[in-house]
Amino acid sequence: MADSPLQVSGNQPQAENPVSVSDVLIGGAKQAVLRVQEYSYLAMQSVANVLSGPRYIQDTLDQMDSIGVGSLPIVMLTGFFIGAVMVLQTASQFVRFGQTSLTGDAVALALVRELGPTLTSLLVTGRCASGIASELGSMLVTEQVDAMRAMGTDPSRKLVTPRVLATIIVLPMLTAITDFIGLVGGCVAAVFSLRLDPVQFWTRAINSLEIADLFQGLIKPVIFGFILSTVGCYKGLTVRGGTQGVGRSTTQAVVISSVVIIVTDTFLTKLALYFADKIF
Amino acid sequence: MAMEATIAFHKVRLGFGEGDVLQDLSFAVMPRETLVLLGETGTGKTLSLKMAAGLLKPQDGDVSVLGRPVSRMKEKELLDFRREIGFVFQEGALFDSMTVEENVAYRLREERVPEEEILPRVRETLRFVELEHAIDQVPSELSGGMRRRASIARALITQPPIVLYDSPTAGLDPVTSQTIITLILRLRDIYGVTALLATHRLQDGYALANYYFDTASGSVKPNRERQSDSASQGETSTRFAVLRDGKVFFAGTPEELAAARDPYLKRFLV
Repeated sequence: MADSPLQVSGNQPQAENPVSVSDVLIGGAKQAVLRVQEYSYLAMQSVANVLSGPRYIQDTLDQMDSIGVGSLPIVMLTGFFIGAVMVLQTASQFVRFGQTSLTGDAVALALVRELGPTLTSLLVTGRCASGIASELGSMLVTEQVDAMRAMGTDPSRKLVTPRVLATIIVLPMLTAITDFIGLVGGCVAAVFSLRLDPVQFWTRAINSLEIADLFQGLIKPVIFGFILSTVGCYKGLTVRGGTQGVGRSTTQAVVISSVVIIVTDTFLTKLALYFADKIF
Repeated sequence: MAMEATIAFHKVRLGFGEGDVLQDLSFAVMPRETLVLLGETGTGKTLSLKMAAGLLKPQDGDVSVLGRPVSRMKEKELLDFRREIGFVFQEGALFDSMTVEENVAYRLREERVPEEEILPRVRETLRFVELEHAIDQVPSELSGGMRRRASIARALITQPPIVLYDSPTAGLDPVTSQTIITLILRLRDIYGVTALLATHRLQDGYALANYYFDTASGSVKPNRERQSDSASQGETSTRFAVLRDGKVFFAGTPEELAAARDPYLKRFLV
């Protein structure tokens, strides 16, 4: 199979032309714009596919199991210890003012608004964006994606949409679980380290939360889930360079998703706070 | 002629960045004919097959298959159209997370064929490629030859009128290669499929040209033993197209290729 035109017999090596810096910069910028365009198209396509058939419900359920249930242990374990460490850190400050009872408020707000969605998304990114990119990338280099197309199946419907849909559905659930387990971890730390009353901790934690906080905490994972799954799919389906390229794409999927999630989080937080003032 | 052809390439050009892999490529495959695309590695044989299936689009020129302008069709139209074509990929391209049964039944399940019809059809097709015993195995448990046979079974489950073979014997030992060629002969002579076969092995093409599958005895026989009344099986023919520098360098019958005096063609004949 011809992987590159250099394999064509009879092709003569061409004389090297000097390349200017501006050419390189313009070429790079064009490539970047092209990649953004390709990604945007894939992301839009993944959503548009939901509106018309054929729909791959079983594939979506399988992906929900793989992404959701599969991520549960690491999400719970991390959530527990993040909650505990948050209590220890905030209490060390509150104790200076004799206000350790406020620990529950601080931990609940930090977890539900910020740490829960972001940490869960980053953990799922590490586990699933890489998994999606490597799985689809391997399918691409072994011509399985072409085989799928050759048999009349649209890969964006069969491979991309179920993964995107599954991630969007399960990530808020995982976030809610992380929030709860984080508060449990915080409570354990508060009881054993600060000798706080668990009822007081939970009462303050729950009372400090408003509906806007829950809204903010559960809308973020939907967006983050969309980002990590579409980036994972895009990097997987644009692998170049065989198995080495699969490894490279996998790393890129995790790095790009993580950075985009953290950057997006800043803007989402600003937006959520604005709407919290206006609506709730 | 091009109007009647099952597959027709007309002045097709395709390149990637630094040069054209295919330029001014024209050929036609007639109904029930097997065209053997012969060429060195990198001459664009696989690309030609992928263009015939609409998996790639030419930068110039036209590709038409079964009278449909494949090179100008949209992906959505092509998805439906590709159900008319069986594609056997070079390494099989079986879905490695599925069993042989799931691989072969893939198209039927996509077409929402009732589940009770699927297993008998899968078993029948696997029996045809002599792989029924491996129905529950996954591709990683199969040998190279078994994977190719499973891939052929997957391609022919819907009995398409056209089958595209991408180097079906590449990397296989001579005995296994012979098994695959026999299978292609059976497919051609029993079902009368039109085929485009890419290979760099001349012996594969000659085997297809000089032998036929006798349905009465169930064995492969030389063409000279073909009875005159075997026309009832439907006459099939095999032609060669040798690709070089992105074009058809030679097109003709096996006899014409064997008689060729061109030094480049002689390299294939050695």
